[in-house]
This record gives sequence, C-alpha cells and structure tokens, in this order.
Amino acid sequence: MVCDICKEGDVVVELTQVEGAEVRHLHLCERCAAERGVETTLAAAKPQIGEFLQAVHQQVHVGLEDTGKCSFCGGTLRDFRASGRLGCAHCYEAFEKSMRELLRRVHGNSRHVGRRYEPPNASEMERAGTVAELRERLRRAIDSEQFELAATLRDQLKGVE
Amino acid sequence: MLDLSLLPNGGVQWLDASGDNSDIVLSSRVRFARNIEGYAFTGRARDGERLRVLAQVRDAIPGLPGASDGVLLRVDEIASADRLLLHERHLVSRELAGLDPQQPVRSGAAVYLTQQSAVMINEEDHLRLQALRSGFAISDAFAEVSRVDESLGGRVPYAYHREFGYLTACPTNTGTGLRASVLIHLPGLVLTKEIAKVLAGLQQIGITYRGLYGEGSEVVGNFFQVSNQTTLGRSEEELLDALVRVVRHLIEREEESRRVLLRDAGYIIEDKLWRAYGTLRFARSLSFDEAMNLLSGVRLAVGLKLIPSLSVYTLNKLLIFSQSAHLAYAEGRALTENEANLARARYVRQTLSDESER
Repeated sequence: MVCDICKEGDVVVELTQVEGAEVRHLHLCERCAAERGVETTLAAAKPQIGEFLQAVHQQVHVGLEDTGKCSFCGGTLRDFRASGRLGCAHCYEAFEKSMRELLRRVHGNSRHVGRRYEPPNASEMERAGTVAELRERLRRAIDSEQFELAATLRDQLKGVE
Repeated sequence: MLDLSLLPNGGVQWLDASGDNSDIVLSSRVRFARNIEGYAFTGRARDGERLRVLAQVRDAIPGLPGASDGVLLRVDEIASADRLLLHERHLVSRELAGLDPQQPVRSGAAVYLTQQSAVMINEEDHLRLQALRSGFAISDAFAEVSRVDESLGGRVPYAYHREFGYLTACPTNTGTGLRASVLIHLPGLVLTKEIAKVLAGLQQIGITYRGLYGEGSEVVGNFFQVSNQTTLGRSEEELLDALVRVVRHLIEREEESRRVLLRDAGYIIEDKLWRAYGTLRFARSLSFDEAMNLLSGVRLAVGLKLIPSLSVYTLNKLLIFSQSAHLAYAEGRALTENEANLARARYVRQTLSDESER
C-alpha cells in the first residue's frame, strides 16, 4: 500500500481523523507522517531525555543533513548533545529536521496545538520603547534634581501611556 | 541581608492551607517557559545580552497585572545565603539562584514577585512565569500565569515557531512551555507499599514525579511533585485536564490507603504517629531529613484527625522555616550543620508547644 499523500512511500501508519460526525482514514508513509507530527513507532512515544539525547548522538555520527552551525548563535548539534540545551530560537530552524524528529521522540508529536502567539505589532513596540526611554530620562532627571525637566518628562510620559 | 518582609506576603501566601485538599496537596504550581526573540538563550547569551533581556522585561513590568505591589530582585546582586533563602521559599529555582558550584549565579539573573505570581528572568529560559497556590488549585494558578503571559507577551516579542510553538532552550519544554505540578503528600500509599505501582502507572500517561525541590531532587518526607511530562502536541487545557484527573485519582487512592491503614493496623499507626509527634515536640537536635520524615508522620496524624489541636498551616510553616537558610536567617548568622540541627529542634519544639497551648 502506498501513502495517500505523496503516493510514493510505504504506509507505516494509519491516521484516523474525527471531524464532527465524519471519520476519515489516512494512510501515511514515514515522511508524510512526520510532517504532520504523527508518531509512528510505539517505542518512540516514551519521552526519555536519555533516549532522546542518544538520538542526537546517532544523528551527529550518521551525519544527516543538519550538520553545520546555527547562523544566529553559532551553536551546533554537537554543542546541544553536550549540554542538552539549544543555543537560541534560530537553532530550531537551523536543525529543523533533527528537531522535528527529536520533538516527536520526546513528546510523541512535533506539532504545537496549544495557544497561538502573535508578537506585539511594531507601533506598540515603538510606544513601549518610547515609554522606556522617557522613563529612563525621568529617572535621570530626578537623580540629578532637574525638577522642571522631570515635570515635563512626566507629562510627556502620561501622554504616551 | 535580604529583608524578606519587603516581599509581597513574604512570598509564602501559599502556605496558608486555604486551598482545596490542602492536607494532602500542599501546593499547585503552573509555569510557562518563554524566550525573547532576538537574543541567544540564557546559557549561550553574553553578559550584555542577559542584561538587555533584564532591561526589556523591567520596562514591561509597570504594565503587568499586580504591578502596584511588585518587587524586582536582582538575584545576581545578593549574597549566596540569601539566594538559598529564596530557593527554600520556592521563589527561585536552584539554577537561577546559582547554587551549584559548577554553575554560579549568572549576571542578569533576577526575579519579579507580586502577591499572585513570579517571573524568573535569565533562568534556563529568558523567562519563567509562574504562580503558586495553596492546595489543589491548578486552574486558578493557570489563569493567573495566563494573565501575566498575555500581558508580557504583548510587550516583549516571544520566540515562537508556527509548527513547534513556544521555543525553549531544552526541547522537553517546547510547544506550550507549560509545566503544571502539585506538591502532594502520599504517606498512606508509601506505608501500604502501593506507591511504586501507582507511580509506575503515571509515566505511561505522560505524567512524571520528582522530589520536594523539583528536577533532580530526592523524595523526602513522602512529598512528591507530580507534573506533566510532555508539553507539545496537546493544548494547555488538555495537559492540565490530564494532570487534574491524575491528582484526583492520587487523592482518592491516598485516602483509601489511609482508611485501610486505620482499619488493619490502627493502633500501630496511631502509636507510630504519636511517637513522631513526641520526637518533634521534645528532640534537642534534628537533621533536615529527620524533621521532614517526622513532619510527614504528624501531617498524616492531623489528616486522620488523631492530633486535632494542630493546624495544616503550622505544619506548612514548619516545612519551610525549618530549612537551613531560614534557620540561619532567624538567628542572624551562618550556622554549622550541628548548630542548624540544634536550632531546628528548638524552632520545631517552640512552634509545636505554642500551638498546643492555644
């Protein structure tokens, strides 16, 4: 049997989706299952950090694609293997394939289904920046006893806040 | 020396035993791991980066819930005895307090405390938002942390990935970044030797347990910290639901084993627990572990209504204030281990005697 999605790979998992009254069966190959964050092996469902670091170890040795460095922090998978911690948020993209595999091993899944996050928009950030700057200037004005300046800054701050 | 009276409620409101099932569940805690976009994670960040993280959070603080009584403590600027004190109060993690000789305190390490919640800054992740509640009150703690999270996340940009969710230094926290835990006292299950079976079952449903002080700590005094193991692939609500169900089950099993103990070995148990009380009431020297184990017995006796004059609140206070850094704080000087054992016995004796005279 071949995969319902790519029509190429061998089926390793049958995914049953229930949406309302509708039940759908999907037959997926290893790769397409991975892309959907579906766990395909029972053994891997046990979230054990030891096992999972061992997996990193193996991948580093086998030399899969994700060798090289993270362009943001300069971290490597080897560093991660030594410390158990990633260098920065960009490492997740730099080593995306390995990370997806590891997350599946640890959590039984690699797809976040919890809260969605929208970063604060630029104008709000800018306002926050202005507030921070004004507050800092106000602090300095008070420290140096420039009370007239402090009063002006306080009014400005009130205006922005 | 750090003035603990300046902290909102001394940071130990949760000791008051006001929550549900507080004779069995000491406290409920929910924490979110978050990182700020644009900086390396704490372990790899340079000093300057960590200080900028701190500055960015400090600027966001005035807009957070509960900011009117909030206190920002620079953990990196206080003495090691005071850092231990904060850790004993469960206000900062071992890592943030820099208590391991191999991992001294980092520049920029800080904690922001309000009456309702805390934010650790430059922990393993840039931000660890948490709320601690008395008794079995996970959803209450979750609601509080969510408020702080929404507010803070609207002021500083979090590191977030469409597929993986919130990005954390350790992949065991990726996704929701949520860890919910309860500190639960299970002496009945330990005495009836049911505990191993019960705990083994937990692992299979994505729930894990640790000792009193969290990761890497040992189980002492029959206190278990039970929490969700996985953080990804399930929503926050699903993760919390699973834990709540497990904790309810644990409470039932514990109550059941207490009934069995009283029924099958009533006088033996009663004798054992009164002896524990007697030792605490009159001993002249107590190590921490001994005190914890005896307090566990007395806590069970109070739960079984064998010692009616003693309150759960007093027992909770004894747990926190009989720790080494707290004894040293009360004495106003550093104590050797022997001195601490003497001071502990004195403190416990005094507290129990005050309580029995009331």
